Amino acid sequence: MKSLSFSSRDIVCGLLFILVGLFFAMQAYGLELGTAFRMGPGYFPFVLAGILILLGIIVIIQGTQIEHEPMGPIAWRGMLFILPAPIFFGLTVRGLGFVPSLFLTALIAAFASTKMRPGMALLLVGGLTIFSVVVFSYALGLPFRRFGPWLGQ
Amino acid sequence: MELFNNLVLGFTTAGAPWNLFFCFVGVILGTLIGVLPGIGATATIAMLLPITFQLEPVSSLIMLAGIYYGAQYGGSTTAILINMPGESSSAVTAIDGYQMARKGRAGAALAIAAIGSFFAGTVSTILVAVFAPPLTAVALKFGSAEYFSLMIVGLVSSIALAHGSVVKALGMVVLGLLLGLVGTDIYTGTPRFNLGILELSDGLNFVAVAVGVFGIAEILRNLENEHDRDVMIKKVTNLWPTKQDWKEMTAPILRGTAIGSALGILPGGGAILASFASYTVEKRMSKTPQEFGKGAVAGVAGPESANNAGAQTSFIPMLTLGIPANPVMALMIGAMIIQGIVPGPNVATEQPALFWGIIASMWIGNLMLILLNLPLIGLWVKLLTIPYYMLFPAIIAFCSIGVYSVNSNVFDLYAVAFFGLIGYVLAKLRCEPAPLLLGFVLGPLLEEHLRRAMIMSRGDATTFVTRPISLTLLLLAAAVLVVVLLPSIRKKRDEVFVED
Repeated sequence: MKSLSFSSRDIVCGLLFILVGLFFAMQAYGLELGTAFRMGPGYFPFVLAGILILLGIIVIIQGTQIEHEPMGPIAWRGMLFILPAPIFFGLTVRGLGFVPSLFLTALIAAFASTKMRPGMALLLVGGLTIFSVVVFSYALGLPFRRFGPWLGQ
Repeated sequence: MELFNNLVLGFTTAGAPWNLFFCFVGVILGTLIGVLPGIGATATIAMLLPITFQLEPVSSLIMLAGIYYGAQYGGSTTAILINMPGESSSAVTAIDGYQMARKGRAGAALAIAAIGSFFAGTVSTILVAVFAPPLTAVALKFGSAEYFSLMIVGLVSSIALAHGSVVKALGMVVLGLLLGLVGTDIYTGTPRFNLGILELSDGLNFVAVAVGVFGIAEILRNLENEHDRDVMIKKVTNLWPTKQDWKEMTAPILRGTAIGSALGILPGGGAILASFASYTVEKRMSKTPQEFGKGAVAGVAGPESANNAGAQTSFIPMLTLGIPANPVMALMIGAMIIQGIVPGPNVATEQPALFWGIIASMWIGNLMLILLNLPLIGLWVKLLTIPYYMLFPAIIAFCSIGVYSVNSNVFDLYAVAFFGLIGYVLAKLRCEPAPLLLGFVLGPLLEEHLRRAMIMSRGDATTFVTRPISLTLLLLAAAVLVVVLLPSIRKKRDEVFVED
């Protein structure tokens, strides 16, 4: 049967290339392009963006030629806990200080796994925090405040 | 006898107690992450990069190099024992190594891999020592056109080594190049693509991008379906290969070393290509090709020698030209720049102790690996069983600390999360992160040399093909591209990559 079959993976990928390409092309066009002899800041990125758009189109065309295949499982829980962890560290490392900030960051990340039990997590993260403070703060002397101003220090 | 004097200088530098210590730390750490699931050399080096700023340049580079080849070593241990290559370059080792282990010959397989790696490491260290100085001399003659063409070779090779679609890999390179241009135009000082974010005016932080697309995205992929690793080999005995093994492994080790040394020099990540090439060659040359896939000694000895040789010689373009052959080398270049050393042909003449110290440390590191790891194999087997959910919180914590300590800039941590997400989406779309990262590093350099070459030639684009070295390099790039696009080779390449 020659029905319409395509790989959604490739279509999404192609569209992503095209969108990113368009973004860079538009931004680059707003800059001075210059000539091939004296290239302006926009010249090289503009050419690259054009190539990326072209590649996106090719990926989409190729995607319509092959069978659809499932995307596989998506790590929703992983994304929910893993991605905010470094952001949380960034938001609190100065205010809370290195020790509490790191402890909470690792604790957030730990719950990305379905296998993690709360008691286990506390134990693991506690050990990890002690290890990190000893290695990074004391042994390597990285200039972190161990406890920050938010804690009245 | 300049080579001899240089090597003496190298060994005195690398042999200093302090440097020996960091070499030791590096290879142990490298083996550890090679054995532990779900964390690769690139992410580890990215994580540890900031810590090395506290050290002397030589010590820090020796340690980083140790992590790199230590990881290759640890990767083959997991490939043999649990059929799970810790590093992509040991994917081939898993095919026959695991079969040997199932037949109760895990000890012999590990020893063969170790002996092959050590031999290859020794030969390629000598090759680096012999070929680096003349290449440096050539590199000093390089103009912008040559640098541009050389980087094109590197980018094209990284496409050849990526899994799956060539078009997607090309897209990754272009995307990486574009991301590398974010920041400020070096010629005019014009800000570009920074979305009005002040922190982006110096460009995206390389460490943040690397940790994101390699470290964080990898964790997300591992969390998709968690399962414990089965280690059926609880005890490894009989490490020493039999007489028959020695006979069967000698020729493959020699051939693997030759293949690996040659391919490793190619910018783009020779170690992976080398191990695949060696496996194919051994299978073809074998009198008993049916044994391959069922535990052939040659199928372990050849590829293991090849990937180690390739890993070592990939230092040549980095040390002589300042061009990274793979993401790990890109991180090493980052480390050098932060230490105030400009990577390139001048390193050998201006910093001979550093240059030769690194080369000598490679051999010392390989010796440490073979002396330590075979006796320690029981410990590594125990580490194999650490469940993943106990590891990744630590990886996240170390990534965060590492990235933050580069510039004490919290924006870099947001970039880590962002690029973690991007890396995961791209992985889901079957796009490889390695070409993206290489493009990201080379983006600004590529643009700079393109623009400079065009100004020098007064806008004449033929400058890239009228200069002989540049022409040769471009032809090489074209040849690589043609080879990957050829239908018959593409099929072969797909078959090979299906294995891992």
